Amino acid sequence: MRPPAEFYQRDREWHPPALTPDYKTSVARSPQYSLISLENTVSEITGPVFGHNDIDPIDNDLLSNYAKPGEGPIGERIILHGRVLDENARPVPNTLVEAWQANAGGRYRHKKDTYFAPIDPNFGGCGRTVTDENGYYVFRTVKPGAYPWRNWVNSWRPAHIHLSIFGSGFVQRLITQCYFEGDPLLPHCPIVKSIPSQEARDALVAALDLNATIPLDTIAYKFDIVLRGRRSTLFENRLEGN
Amino acid sequence: MVQSLDYLKETPSQTAGPYVHIGLAPGAAGFDIYREELGRDIAGPNAKGTRIHVEGCVYDGMGAPIKDVLIEVWQANSEGHYAHPEDGGGVEEGFRGWGRVISDFDTGLWGFDTVKPGPLAGRNGGQQAPHLNFWIVARGINVGLNTRMYFEDEAEANAKDQVLNLIEWEHRRATLVASKSERDGQPVYRFDIRLQGDAETVFFDV
Ligand SMILES: [Fe+3]
Repeated sequence: MRPPAEFYQRDREWHPPALTPDYKTSVARSPQYSLISLENTVSEITGPVFGHNDIDPIDNDLLSNYAKPGEGPIGERIILHGRVLDENARPVPNTLVEAWQANAGGRYRHKKDTYFAPIDPNFGGCGRTVTDENGYYVFRTVKPGAYPWRNWVNSWRPAHIHLSIFGSGFVQRLITQCYFEGDPLLPHCPIVKSIPSQEARDALVAALDLNATIPLDTIAYKFDIVLRGRRSTLFENRLEGN
Repeated sequence: MVQSLDYLKETPSQTAGPYVHIGLAPGAAGFDIYREELGRDIAGPNAKGTRIHVEGCVYDGMGAPIKDVLIEVWQANSEGHYAHPEDGGGVEEGFRGWGRVISDFDTGLWGFDTVKPGPLAGRNGGQQAPHLNFWIVARGINVGLNTRMYFEDEAEANAKDQVLNLIEWEHRRATLVASKSERDGQPVYRFDIRLQGDAETVFFDV
């Protein structure tokens, strides 16, 4: 069997380091010894495969997937959409994208969240979808509110949607957060600032997308996601390239 | 100046946060929303091999169990094949080899049922000992942590495993080996993960 094509090395200087003391929880949860670098084996280049029969079509519509019939959540109605690509700019089709978020008041439907803002009876706060053949995904939801958290005593998270993405190999597995253009809390957030460079932080800010906005109905934000790319097996008998 | 390479940069990772359960295991967050939660059944009904239970805790640098951790596991079947087109070996109907588990909110204990994987091909014609691939996320973890769990009762295969042998400090290899016991006639493997300290688990940059 031909050796499998490996994924590009993850750029550890681009991602946040494990220890980011201004994000206090990381102090006791960051490994202190160096990671051991591995070359990919079959265990790394393979990963779980999902299909449309794993999920329901309504799962990506947070406006309706928890609402009582005829009702809907309070808040600014938004579309969050974009493409999942790899570092070679190729679409990643048929991959699972999962999302979770606070409601418009900044409250999560979670037993550990005790913020004053009320639970919205018509909003669950999670969704999932599988990208199409072009790597495209879309969610419909409400814009989440900012919320306070115990880091410094006056810490507020900028509005964000948590996103989980798979790719085709287990080493492409990624969890990140999508922020929104123009949020004044972004420069103050220790979690955003765990990312070393401003260029990389900017990659997590979804842009207002008036072209995808549905007039008189829903505002759109565009958020493209990039997963690790795979090396071409240049000197092997593989005519199609990578 | 030179031409610029037109690669994209990977989207930066961010912590999964304390409410990861809402998105990835909503039933555990206290509400029902999906027809079926993913990752509950790793091996499926038709998998051959030994049925096992795996459990453990993830401990922080103070030695406290982490009660909001989420773990994903990726494994081969008992014949050493992954449920993926690039493996090419084929697996039993219903075997996905992927699971998702969260720790108990009060104790930090997590556990799952699966089958014991077989040995599998390594790099350059070598062999890998049976192992489970782990991916660990939680509040305070900025980039998901990759590690592997090996089996105490595979000492001979472990001694030859390419990955274990890459770990220069031999005593640290033991942090990846789960200990075996038995409960109700079923093998139980205990795999505790320590994020810091003398017995810090080996994590990989894969
Ligand atoms: Fe959050």
